[in-house]
Amino acid sequence: MMRPRRLMVLLTAGLALTSTACGGGDGSKDASGGKVSITVGCMPAKSQPTQRREWNEDVAAFQKLHPDITVVGKDAFPCADPKTFMAKLAGGQMEDVFYTYFTDVQNVIKSGQAADLTKYLGSVKQLPDLQPSVKSVFTGPDGKIYGLPRQNYSMGLLYNRKLFKQAGLNPDTPPATWAELRADAKKIAALGKGTVGYADYSAGNQGGWHFTTELYGQGGDVVSPDGKKAAFNSPQGLAVLENLKQMRWTDDSMGSKQLLQLADVQQLMAAGRLGMYLSAPDNVTALVDQFQGSYKDYGLAPIPEAKATLIGGDGYMVNVKASPAKIKAGLLWLEYYVLTPGQGQLNYQREARYGRAVGLPQPDFYTGSTATTDHSLRAASANVPVANYKPYEDASARIPGKLEPANAQQVYAVLDSVMSAVLTDRNADPGRLLATAQQKVDGILARSN
Amino acid sequence: MTTTALRKAASRRSPSRPAGPRRTAARYGVRRGLSAYGFLCGALICFALFSWYPIVREALLGFQRTNFVGRSEWVGLDNFHRVGADPAFGKAWLNTLEFTGLALLCGYVLPFVTALVLNELRHARAYLRFVVYLPVMLPPAVAVLLFKWFYDPGPGLFNQLLHLAHLPGLNWLDSTSTALLSLVIVSTWMNMGSGTLIYLAALQSVEGELYEAAELDGAGLLRRVWHVTIPQTRLILLVMLLLQVIATMQVFIEPYLLTGGGPQDATVSVVYLMYQYAFNFNSYGGGSALGLMLMLVLMVFSAAYLRLTRDDGR
Repeated sequence: MMRPRRLMVLLTAGLALTSTACGGGDGSKDASGGKVSITVGCMPAKSQPTQRREWNEDVAAFQKLHPDITVVGKDAFPCADPKTFMAKLAGGQMEDVFYTYFTDVQNVIKSGQAADLTKYLGSVKQLPDLQPSVKSVFTGPDGKIYGLPRQNYSMGLLYNRKLFKQAGLNPDTPPATWAELRADAKKIAALGKGTVGYADYSAGNQGGWHFTTELYGQGGDVVSPDGKKAAFNSPQGLAVLENLKQMRWTDDSMGSKQLLQLADVQQLMAAGRLGMYLSAPDNVTALVDQFQGSYKDYGLAPIPEAKATLIGGDGYMVNVKASPAKIKAGLLWLEYYVLTPGQGQLNYQREARYGRAVGLPQPDFYTGSTATTDHSLRAASANVPVANYKPYEDASARIPGKLEPANAQQVYAVLDSVMSAVLTDRNADPGRLLATAQQKVDGILARSN
Repeated sequence: MTTTALRKAASRRSPSRPAGPRRTAARYGVRRGLSAYGFLCGALICFALFSWYPIVREALLGFQRTNFVGRSEWVGLDNFHRVGADPAFGKAWLNTLEFTGLALLCGYVLPFVTALVLNELRHARAYLRFVVYLPVMLPPAVAVLLFKWFYDPGPGLFNQLLHLAHLPGLNWLDSTSTALLSLVIVSTWMNMGSGTLIYLAALQSVEGELYEAAELDGAGLLRRVWHVTIPQTRLILLVMLLLQVIATMQVFIEPYLLTGGGPQDATVSVVYLMYQYAFNFNSYGGGSALGLMLMLVLMVFSAAYLRLTRDDGR
């Protein structure tokens, strides 16, 4: 039998060996022999087999092009959860090249967790052709660039072409004004059997988000330009609420069930019981992939009378702890996978071949020759009824995009209450609701500034 | 056995060396104690890691401004002031208290009455116990989403039943007057199985002779319940009341999944607001401050309750 002392020595040696093996940072071979290994976020999850297959193909092709770089994908669905984003960052679990929403970018920059990419970006060929509005999202207060965009979206009007036809409406001429939208919603709701003409969110902070979208469309703003005062108690804000109130209570075209959130509305739409709602184009894919809808049944148009529209998107940043070699490798990967038309996520030919939807509208991501190349490649492989989305696509260039306001979620929580009041209380007074909400938001902004 | 061994054994047993047996007993005691301490250590480590450390961390966070990434900043009572100035703060406490009151009214009395009925039944007891306990086995999210369909003002089950009885439908979740009550109904349905089983176990420990004596004295059903059942199960009733208040004050999943706090903040609870602060407003300090306030309120309530009912429980 082994003596205790000998056993202790062995255990200690074992522990020492284990800790040596586990230590040494992230295990990459950054500086050894010119090889570099990078971890990259937002690898498609196993539940998305086609996208995952494409990713693996791209990684293999990229590594063949750059034999000294190894790309290690980290999968997650969704790619980032705003609720755990900062905790992941704090826990040192963030990838070298990590995915982020536009709304998180400034927080990450402020917390000093993203590497300054400015001096490395000269190698990214598509950079000069990126839309300035998209590029500016990743620019810090110091004027330095901390990331690259992956995709962007802008809000529009998603409508059910099948229900339009059933209600005697022309699905090729979606409503261009709120008066037309009201009239169309009324006709669709008149189809009965629980059919809803127009739906809007009013819970889970999503009501506030949609109020903001409609307010931007009316030409209003949620907070003042300096971010210190609420600005939604305005004729535009009132117009949004009055319009909803009329549709809900006078026209009875918004259904009896309220406190809806995204999934509720998508279910209604996919079940063929909803005529219209405001959304980004990616909702069409969600309706088809997650709710078994059909591309031919949906159309996209700009928000009626839109003077501006809410925009958002996502992209990649590089971990502040990454070495220059990793930063360079990360940018090469992003250029290959994210930004080059015809390659990686912009390989439309392959997407069509694998049965994925190609041709859904997107707000302009590029300018100049890159935009032309991207458009023509996408059009050549389009396999969805692109004519259904033409009104949205045609209008997207002329409608300016606006990002979410500062302290968005707290402001949305207050505005949720306004939306739910208008949609659940026949006697709600929009003017009074806006005045009360203004006081609350002023308080929130005063405390946060 | 050799003579030497025999001598050693004898000397171990010799009364002239009384320290021997005592030492053996002590060694045995220590050995027994060691395994007990070992088990205790496991439990202590688990509690320390998963309960006490988070509690201490939360208490510290309540006085800090942090995003977990940059350096945390001590801000004194700022988080408490900030949360207290939130217009939803008062509403959340009122809603929580109202929910607790209503949940006690339904969720405390109903399981007890159900247990009484089940205890009196002579047939199908096991089956009925299973039926009563079944909702507890459903994952809470599933149960809550089931009620989302029940409450649908259009094709929902409840309104269909009301229509069958020629009654007008209700806007269960969409009306400020019925939304909170609707959440109480869900909560009661989900949790009454556990309460019923506990009461049933307590009822079965009541001596049958007491009921027989009461019956001989001419006591009817209600009198038997009042004079025999309730006094005999008082301890369990008191503990359950305390536990139920603590649980219902922490209501979260029902407003989170059914109403998102609406309509017009009618179902915003303290824990729901805490969640909003921590995960939607990115204010971990604000969320922790709310958590500390709730913990303090529950601690004060528990202490006062235990003091007031100290004699009743004996």
